[in-house]
Amino acid sequence: MAVLRGNLMERISKDDVKHVAKLAELEFSEKDIEKITSQLDRILEHVANISSVNTEGITPTSHILDIKNVFRDDMAEQSVTQESALKNAPDEANDGFKVPKID
Amino acid sequence: MEIHYLTAHQLKDILEKKQISCTEIVESVYLRIEEVGDRLNSYIRLEKESALSRAGEVDKLISAGSDIEDFMGMPIAIKDNICTKNITTTCASRILENYIPIYNATVIDRLESRNYILAGKANMDEFAMGSSNENSYFGTVKNPWDTDRVPGGSSGGPAVCVAAGEAVCSLGSDTGGSIRQPASLCGVVGFKPTYGMVSRYGLVAFASSLDQIGPLTRDVEDCAAMLNIICGYDRKDSTSINVEVPDYKSFLKADIKDMRIGVPKELMVEGIDREVKEAVYRIIKLVEDMGGIVEEISLPSLEYALSVYYIIAPSEASSNLSRFDGVRYGYRNVEARTLREMYRRSRAEGFGDEVKRRIMIGTYCLSAGYYDAYYEKAQRVRTLVINDFKKAFEKFDVLISPTSPTTAFKIGEKMEDPLTMYLSDICTIPVNLAGLPAISIPAGLSGSKLPIGLQIIGNVLREDNVLKVAYSLEKAIGFTGRPGL
Repeated sequence: MAVLRGNLMERISKDDVKHVAKLAELEFSEKDIEKITSQLDRILEHVANISSVNTEGITPTSHILDIKNVFRDDMAEQSVTQESALKNAPDEANDGFKVPKID
Repeated sequence: MEIHYLTAHQLKDILEKKQISCTEIVESVYLRIEEVGDRLNSYIRLEKESALSRAGEVDKLISAGSDIEDFMGMPIAIKDNICTKNITTTCASRILENYIPIYNATVIDRLESRNYILAGKANMDEFAMGSSNENSYFGTVKNPWDTDRVPGGSSGGPAVCVAAGEAVCSLGSDTGGSIRQPASLCGVVGFKPTYGMVSRYGLVAFASSLDQIGPLTRDVEDCAAMLNIICGYDRKDSTSINVEVPDYKSFLKADIKDMRIGVPKELMVEGIDREVKEAVYRIIKLVEDMGGIVEEISLPSLEYALSVYYIIAPSEASSNLSRFDGVRYGYRNVEARTLREMYRRSRAEGFGDEVKRRIMIGTYCLSAGYYDAYYEKAQRVRTLVINDFKKAFEKFDVLISPTSPTTAFKIGEKMEDPLTMYLSDICTIPVNLAGLPAISIPAGLSGSKLPIGLQIIGNVLREDNVLKVAYSLEKAIGFTGRPGL
């Protein structure tokens, strides 16, 4: 059964799920891909019901407050020390975070 | 009644009369935790030693003649997504299992300035994603009314601690109902303040435009007293509202004569249990007996609130949770030989199923080609939800509804079907989309002795109306039930 998503008639495929997993820096086993594809399909099918709502001329809401940019004076203050910033690091070297080779 | 079931204001009274010491209060709460803790799994971490030593210090302050303020010396449970300096804050996730914050959340600083006592860090759904507290790396939390059933979520631990006498009260967080729904399922009071009234600094972010910290308490009076402490402007949170904070306790008046109370018909339709509906009808009768004016109202856009939420919340979450990459803190897969492989494997092994599912939904909705159809469209429909509420509050002081469509369901019942689980929050989600204040109070017990909750929703910054109606109805309902364990 094809479902209407926005202006798109399509279902989410296993390849879509693999692509999204890559974007999200996640990985799944083949078996899990199968399961998550059908779960996402069902959820996306449900939420696609908003495509039928008339929103012409309606402004999107990102959050409910009137607050726009919040500025403060540009004053130097004591911030987190290097030592405490590294306290939770899985690996460190030369006062920095250490990571495997960048590929 | 047992000490561990007294409210904070009752304990304050007997502290003032020198009938009890703070050490005795803390000891009685820990005795209770030892008695029921293993069966409920409501805490991830206990702080018994430091709690007892803090209690001793508070007792010294009191005998030196210090005034006893609200929550002074009270053992309080804190949801484990609220940062506590030098004490692990795990978000019930493997990825943060050993994370030790180097700073306090603003709400913790505020509580510390009132000499509160940290009882422990309460269990929750991983990263606050869930409605049953079954998504915790540290195990499912059990409902004290029936340990085969869920306590609700995501603040299941904080709700159970209060319901079972394992803390005097607790702090939770509410993104789509995570304070109110477990409060409802466990028979306690839970409050989500207006978005921006409580600083989110130090609350591990799930969906930043929806998240709000709030109290879970044994009665409305304690709830108001806790709002007095945690509400207020904070420069460390750029979405903090800079308005004068009222004395919330001044709204505790049992008088709702001539108040206008709306019942959104979209929240009383299919999927709501018969017993839950009947409880709401009984309360409508009570309101009318007390001189309140009740009318049905339609908010047509609420039909789409669940869909809007399950696009917006996962989208924000997918962005917020990108910071967990095994570099600066948290779990790292140490076998990975390249950076990208380390990211992927750390996240795949560190996050649980529901968290991954939501990251996937959010990433999909924000990805090229889908952004307009999902995320932007959802933001537009969100505006319609807000407009419907605005219109409703032109006519009504508060709106009432069930908090949860059902009473506590069986553990495992909804785990295989995420969409059915998401429907548990159908009555609470619209409130977060519009940033409104809302409370859940116990409305009675079902035939099988499970708590039913009533939700009272106010307009933005109208906590006064919510508290007034909640306090009046609490008195009229007279709920005194306690779980039998």
